[in-house]
Parts: sequence; structure tokens; C-alpha cells
Amino acid sequence: MLAINSVNTYRIPQKFEYYKPRDLREALELLNSIEDAKIVAGGTDLVVDLKYRRVVPKALIDVSELSELRFIRTDGNYIEIGSAVTMQELVESEIVKKSLPLLAEVVESIGSWQIRNLATIGGNICNASPAADSVPPLLTYDAELELASLNGPRTVSIEKFFTGPKKTVLERGEILRSIKIPLSQQKFGWSYVKIGRTSFDLAKVSVAVLLRAEDGIVSEVRIALGSVAPTPVRARTTEKSITGMSLERAAVRASELIVSEIAPIDDVRSTAWYRSRVAKILVRDAIWKAYERFLQVGDKNEDQV
Amino acid sequence: MRDFFKWVTKMKIKFKLNGVVTEVEVEPHETLLNVLRDKLKVKSVKYGCGVGECGSCTVLLNGKPVTSCLVLAAKVDGYEVVTPDYIAQTHVGKIIIDAMLEEGAIQCGYCTPGFLTTIYAAITKGIRNIEDVKRALIGNICRCTGYINVLKAVKKILSETK
Repeated sequence: MLAINSVNTYRIPQKFEYYKPRDLREALELLNSIEDAKIVAGGTDLVVDLKYRRVVPKALIDVSELSELRFIRTDGNYIEIGSAVTMQELVESEIVKKSLPLLAEVVESIGSWQIRNLATIGGNICNASPAADSVPPLLTYDAELELASLNGPRTVSIEKFFTGPKKTVLERGEILRSIKIPLSQQKFGWSYVKIGRTSFDLAKVSVAVLLRAEDGIVSEVRIALGSVAPTPVRARTTEKSITGMSLERAAVRASELIVSEIAPIDDVRSTAWYRSRVAKILVRDAIWKAYERFLQVGDKNEDQV
Repeated sequence: MRDFFKWVTKMKIKFKLNGVVTEVEVEPHETLLNVLRDKLKVKSVKYGCGVGECGSCTVLLNGKPVTSCLVLAAKVDGYEVVTPDYIAQTHVGKIIIDAMLEEGAIQCGYCTPGFLTTIYAAITKGIRNIEDVKRALIGNICRCTGYINVLKAVKKILSETK
């Protein structure tokens, strides 16, 4: 890892071709015909990587203006978000605010205003950072990813999408077209807890929780964590074992169980030791916070995931 | 197949710079910051960190603040770009600058064009609450003196704009 001032970041020190296709089909054809082409949307990760020469592509294909990737819509069963929708557009979307409050809250905390105006949700997902902020909420929402290619579309659950740091199941010639989030009839309480150097820096540990309870007993819970494993993870074992427990017991038990579901590492932002310890506490806090929210939203009659 | 696309390694882009239609030849590896400073001589846009952390290079792209060091110049074809020197001439821009001067919200001045641009974007977007302006300014870093005087200036600006 290069320190911030050890390279001149004024220029991108390499040459490549640039294409701005007019529709998704052109983008896919280009992607097929050029070896080593990279998709670029907001560029907030990729341009930095280009400046540091972490990636050396032959060509960039800019999909940030494709109308087929720039929509937020709902049909009552699903909310579908185009992959080139920017983070700021998500923050300001009434649909997202109303039906996906967890996602709205998380996205608002991503980067700065300047970055959110460029960065896209699809870029955040496809860049496949273990610390990607938008992913833990999408994991708890059981989001599905629609991939487009010249051979036709396919759908992958977001839980199966990541295979390692910066690695995904995306095959050559495939583009993430949209994110589909199933709407549930049930109301959940939600919470997102993150530890980072500053609020807009990448997380050292982040936890997203969706939770429903009846008479103080957990009836359904979904927990996802970022920055504590090679990919963002869903804590299925913990979820299963704390369902049916009282909130007090569930919070304690989750904090004990969570360490078996994560595999943190030492890196520039934190250490494995610190991450395990803080993950335990954050999971506990996140469960309580989600429960408080659940009690608040329980009375209101809004459609919300 | 590839001849089909007009832009490959050298391209002419056409965009509105501070309201004036501007044409310039760019290469794919050039950023908007490079083109503004080196080719169009807009020196009010500053190079700080170069990786989108500091906000010194903030410009308005179709009215939205972005870090120009991360925007590929080739993308900007057809967009509208507004830079700090233009904002400084506007009515709201003058109010912001006066307030920053009066409150001492400047030390070395290098981050100031970025602050000016982001504050201008927030005010013209109708953000009226000091906490919301604070959140909008998260991406602008001052390494000399801090943010207290900037916030004092913002309070003044909020009271002086409608």
C-alpha cells in the first residue's frame, strides 16, 4: 500500500481507451470485444486505483449515463434500483426513504456529498470491497442482483455474489444491471452501527440488523457485517440461534456467537484482535437499537421492508 | 466494431464552463481537474489530495458538487461545469466570501475555493439548517485552522441569504 503522498496523484500515469456507449447493448458488445476492459461508473474507486496503478486496463467503458441503469422503481413486490444510480440519488429518493429506511440511513453516511454525487450503488457492489458500506444492508434485505450479458440475463443473490476481497461471480462480459429488493409485508426495526476513524472513512467494523419481535421475544432477525471477513457476511448461524429468545438473552448470545462467523484480518485500518472484540459489542448494540426502532415503527402503518 | 465509437484515445469534448460553451481536446487519462487547470487555465480549482478526500478541487457538475480530481474529462462532454472563480462573481458567492473574510474563516486559503463551492451548492439547494450545512461540508478539509470560523461564517451566510 502506497502512502498518500508517495505518488503524484495529480495525473493518471497510464494510457487507456475510453468509450461512452449509448445503450446497454453497446456496452455489452464493447465489453465482449475488448480484452481487459473495465467498467467505470462514478470512478470514485477506479480513478484512485488508476492513479496508483493498482489496475492497468486497456479500455474504460463508461456506463454512468445509461438510462437502462439509472432508475428506482417499485411494483409493490420489489423495489428495483439501477446499478448506475448515485448514492446521493438514493439518499434523496422518496421510495428508498419510505420503504428501505436502513439503506437510506447507511447510504447517507457514505463518503462526502461530493463523493455521493459521483459514486454509484452498482460500483460499490462490484468493487467488492469487504468494507463496502451499502452491502450489509442489502444482505439483510435479501437483495438479488440482476446481471446482464449478451447471452442473456441471470439473477444472483447478493449473498452468493462475493467470492473474496475484490472478487465476485461476475464473469467476463457481464454487467450488473440492477439490484432487486423484495418487499416484505412485515415491519422491521433496523439499525446500522459502524466504527471508523471518522464517520466518512471506511469502516473498521460495521453491522446492519433488521429485527421483529413479539412481546419482547425475537421473532425474526437478520444480521450482516462488513470489514470482518474476506467478503461482507450474513450471520446466519447467530440469527437462527437467537430467534425465539428474549431480547436480553438474544443480545448477549449474539455477541458470543458472532466471533465464530467472522474472519477479521490486520490491515491499515485496524487489527483482527480489535475487530473481533468490537464486533461483539457492535452486534449487541445493533440488536438493541433495532429493537428500539421496531417499537417506534410498530405503531405506524407504513409500507416498509 | 470499434470505429463505430468516435471516442477512443483523443477526443474533442464540448461542455458549458461557467455558462460558456467550451470545446477542448482531451485524452482519456486526463481528469476534469487536469483539463480545467492546465488546458483551460482555470486556476481557482485546486489540487489537494488527488484522491477525493480533501474537497479542494470541488466544482459543480450539472449543479452538483463533485471532486474534479476523480472525474474523467472525457465524461464531461455535454455537461455543465461551474468553478469557484465564477461563483465568486455571483450574488450569493459574494455574500459567502464576505462572511468568510469577516469571520476569519481563512488561513492559507488553499481549501477556500472548495469551501466556497460546497457552501454555494448547499445554499442554492435550499439547505437552511446549520447541521445540514455541516454535513454537506464533511468532504472539505482545512489543514490550517479548523472549522469553528467556517461555521461562524456559515451562520452569518444563512442569516444574510433568504
